[in-house]
Amino acid sequence: MSLIKVKSRGTDNVTGGGRRNLLINGAFNIAQRGTSSTTANFTTVDRWRLNWGGGGTLTQAQHTLSSSDTPYTLGLRKSYHATVTSASNAGGTWSQFEQHIEAQNIAQSGWDYTSSSSKLTFSFWVKSSLAGTFYTQYRTVDGTVYYYNKSFTLVANTWKKITHTIPGNSNLTINDDNGHGFTVIVAPDYGTTYTGHAQAVADAWYVRTQNSGYFPNFAQDWSNTANATFEITATQLEVGDSATDFEHRSFDMEMEDCERYFQTYSDQLWQGTNEHATNYSLYLDGKFRKKMRATPTATIVGTVNIGRPQVGVTQRPNAIGGLSKEGFYNCSWPSSGTYGGSLGTHGDAYYRMVVGAGPTNRIDFSAEF
Amino acid sequence: MRTITDAQYKKDEVTGENDIIFCKLNGVESSVPLDEDNVDYAEILKQVKEGTLTIKDAD
Repeated sequence: MSLIKVKSRGTDNVTGGGRRNLLINGAFNIAQRGTSSTTANFTTVDRWRLNWGGGGTLTQAQHTLSSSDTPYTLGLRKSYHATVTSASNAGGTWSQFEQHIEAQNIAQSGWDYTSSSSKLTFSFWVKSSLAGTFYTQYRTVDGTVYYYNKSFTLVANTWKKITHTIPGNSNLTINDDNGHGFTVIVAPDYGTTYTGHAQAVADAWYVRTQNSGYFPNFAQDWSNTANATFEITATQLEVGDSATDFEHRSFDMEMEDCERYFQTYSDQLWQGTNEHATNYSLYLDGKFRKKMRATPTATIVGTVNIGRPQVGVTQRPNAIGGLSKEGFYNCSWPSSGTYGGSLGTHGDAYYRMVVGAGPTNRIDFSAEF
Repeated sequence: MRTITDAQYKKDEVTGENDIIFCKLNGVESSVPLDEDNVDYAEILKQVKEGTLTIKDAD
């Protein structure tokens, strides 16, 4: 009897079990904080931030792709998009899309980061309104911080898939913990204040000691080009020396990974108890949907009320206490003022903390880094 | 760098211990836990060490 070898489906490019992409929200489908912002850092898409400085302003956005965008034909529907809303020719301008990866996720990825023969590959689709040569950068941040730059060229207003492979190095340190261990950067621009030093090489790991040692010089000045745009999507960082097809994930799977770092709650109420009539706080059973990376910072946005059926209550909490990776157990409000003061005779009773309709009204919990 | 102002400890009313630092992060009122894995708390400690931020005691 002859034996027939049956080839399994969907494993040709898999380097190990589980997911390949070490980046979270690589397709930018999750944007819990909003879809457009003129503020830097974490203000739109999850896990990613657009940072800039040195002059001028940018707008960052979760951009919806159309059928005329090449990545759309590959199943991508969103990109992370930057626009120069105020141009500047200052030498100190800089901008970068970046994601910080937990050290333990790199340490346990299968990449032998101390070996030059072991590789990581970063692939992504990118389009810029300005033609030129741009850079990606990779950093390890435990111990001595190491940098690795790679360049790519773009034709104006034309999507291009970029694949960059980087080796390990015996000097790299990556801890096995929940801290920041590795950074992936795509840089539309860095001004001459931060570029051009001989130490800022491409295609080799180096230790930056000079302010002008971040990158080689950028030939073009994207920051000084009014209304210039730059967008990326299908970002994937994987172990190995070649890029596999982008790993599409369902919306809820991606959201679950994002919520290790950021959770927001609207249209919600928590039942609680006012322990004492003259306290300015309420005890609650605030359990998070998912355990977070670290104890998060809590921010109340918009209006959050204290309520009790049949009783007029005017207090509005402005602080969340008893925080942990798992949740919180307290909210409090000012001791006086229109929305402050004690609950008076209604102590030792059940109340509710009520969050109204989002996204205007919400409580954000951030364990980002 | 995050702009941190109006920092003040708040106590847990049950334990009587400092529980959070209530402050404005980039102008937004925030509750920062006393956990060094939290980057906002780490930034607060850094600015206190550099002498650019003072945390008021709890009321």
